[in-house]
Amino acid sequence: MSTMPSEVAIEAGRQRLRLWVTAGPGLVWIMLFLLIPSAILLGIAFFSADDYGNPVLPLSLSPFQQVAGYSLLGWDSGNIAIFLRSLAQAGTATLVSAALSYPLVFFIMSRPESLRPLLLLFIILPSWTNQVVRTYAWLELLGPNAPVSWLAHALHLVPPDLGLAPGSFAVTTGLAYNYLPYMIVPLYASAEKLDWTLVEAGRDLYASGARLFWSTVFPQTLPGLLSGVIFVAIPAFGDYVVPQLLGGDRALMIGSLIANQFTETPDWPYGAALTIIMLVFTGLGLVAFRILTRKLGGAEEATI
Amino acid sequence: MLTSQAQALPAALSAKRGAISLFGITRIFAGSIAAIDHIDLDIHPGEFFTLLGPSGCGKTTLLRMIAGFEAPDDGRILISGREMQDVPAHKRAVNTVFQSYALFPHLNVEQNIGFGLRMRGIKNPERKKRVDAIMELMQIGAFAKRSAAQLSGGQRQRVALARALVNEPEVVLLDEPLSALDAKLRAELQIELLRMQKRLGMTFVFVTHDQHEALVMSDRIGVMSKGKIEQVGPVLDVYEKPKNVFVAEFLGLSNIWPFTPTGAHTAQTPLGELTIAAPLQGPGLAMIRPEKIWIYNDTAVPKDQANLFMGVVREAIYMGASTQYRIELANGQSVLAFDTNNQAAERSWRPDEPVAVELKPDNIMLIEP
Repeated sequence: MSTMPSEVAIEAGRQRLRLWVTAGPGLVWIMLFLLIPSAILLGIAFFSADDYGNPVLPLSLSPFQQVAGYSLLGWDSGNIAIFLRSLAQAGTATLVSAALSYPLVFFIMSRPESLRPLLLLFIILPSWTNQVVRTYAWLELLGPNAPVSWLAHALHLVPPDLGLAPGSFAVTTGLAYNYLPYMIVPLYASAEKLDWTLVEAGRDLYASGARLFWSTVFPQTLPGLLSGVIFVAIPAFGDYVVPQLLGGDRALMIGSLIANQFTETPDWPYGAALTIIMLVFTGLGLVAFRILTRKLGGAEEATI
Repeated sequence: MLTSQAQALPAALSAKRGAISLFGITRIFAGSIAAIDHIDLDIHPGEFFTLLGPSGCGKTTLLRMIAGFEAPDDGRILISGREMQDVPAHKRAVNTVFQSYALFPHLNVEQNIGFGLRMRGIKNPERKKRVDAIMELMQIGAFAKRSAAQLSGGQRQRVALARALVNEPEVVLLDEPLSALDAKLRAELQIELLRMQKRLGMTFVFVTHDQHEALVMSDRIGVMSKGKIEQVGPVLDVYEKPKNVFVAEFLGLSNIWPFTPTGAHTAQTPLGELTIAAPLQGPGLAMIRPEKIWIYNDTAVPKDQANLFMGVVREAIYMGASTQYRIELANGQSVLAFDTNNQAAERSWRPDEPVAVELKPDNIMLIEP
């Protein structure tokens, strides 16, 4: 009897050791490359900037005032506009990719089972090439001297001397294109588990067409859709490459704004403050999304 | 209240309300034999009709074609006298109770039941009134606000039935709706389902592989095998006078022997000479249900009775209400017999006990192979 507790203790110790050995590398990685840099960033955000943009003492809150739009010249709505534009463009791109994903996912599901992995591969395949290269391709495709822009000229959507790129249309298109696979994959995963009997029950109870979709298919694929929304909306919101290449001056997004503070017009504390604020808003967005998901119910897997 | 719609219809149509007629229905699945092979069937208005058969016999496929989920490759379906060829599932006055219940998980009980009414554009004071009425009838009002996941199997079954009945359909289709329930609850719901059907007077088409369930519930049974209907008729007829070996064996235990007539009412069988009440034309098969066989102690054998055979009990399987015996006759043939355990000890026999069996000529039926 007296040996029992020590054996239990040894076993518990072994388990603890096993846990640390297996989880250790990942934890070290997160510490080194996520937590420590974030802490440094948070620190820098409270410094002043010297003439070259480097962080110097004294400690100051002015970077955050800058983020809110205050400078020596008074208040300017520019940052708010960039923030709202980022939100709008990421939001539109998310909606577009969701709208494109549904028909695609059900097309793939309608194919023979042996063909489906191949079709999914075709969707994922482009993301194996460099994002910059693919984004440049869009610049060519939507540029002033390309057929798509000629069509836009004919419809008087853009002035004759301009193309669809650069501009916010090009940014939204580029973002939707880039992140489409991240919408399709989770949506496909949940569509694969679809209980078709519920769809039949809907038909049996007089639903058809759009109402059948909204009342039986949509609620069942909601978990996949919500995961997809998170996978698309968050990276699209902070994306740098797409707005940089396809946006021009008029479609500047928050990712480019942050990048500028470390490259073209250096101001490290301001850049750090922008990053912190962006992270906070992303976090708040996720929390709000989680609450929404809970309310909608039945979407447990979408909650990260 | 639930029949008001029927009364409003013209007399000619309302007479057929709930009738189903199938003409030459055929369904062939890709690259295989016919799943449904030229089925003709008439289901009468207001009856409880059961499609009974082993799994894979096509009974569910037939039900799905009546519901409109699948189209026949050939043949015609008429519901309430109307041709259904170009009528999609969502426009048929037919509602289904699915085997898995198929309750919408994102809706609560009340919303599930009101779904069909909502899709038909019935607005809320009226819709709520009807949903409440059916929930009261089915005694499920207490869980109106619960989601399907929070219900027990029996409760789900009731909700699924209510969701179909609230629409006052012409026909209710039930695809093995009780198969997921335990025996006791199942027996309760069988009676409840039957009572509900009689009360509302709707046509119920019930699919099951359980012959006991079919016997308990149906007005008429259609026994199916390999895409064909073997026999259609009132429960009593199908059980007592099965048409062929398949029907006889599927609906319960039976003794079947080939016979060759030796007279108008006598025939030679492996048991020996048998007197059969039915007129005999040529060689065929004779069938008798085990419960129709009389067993006597060898000391109390009646005199001058036809079809009496001496034998020995080889197996006695006690089943509570009755005992199933296998009795081996003097010539080596076995007879299966049931006897009710109504007097406990003195009327039961043990293995190796000598007995006599009597096969009354009236109880011997002629069947097809």
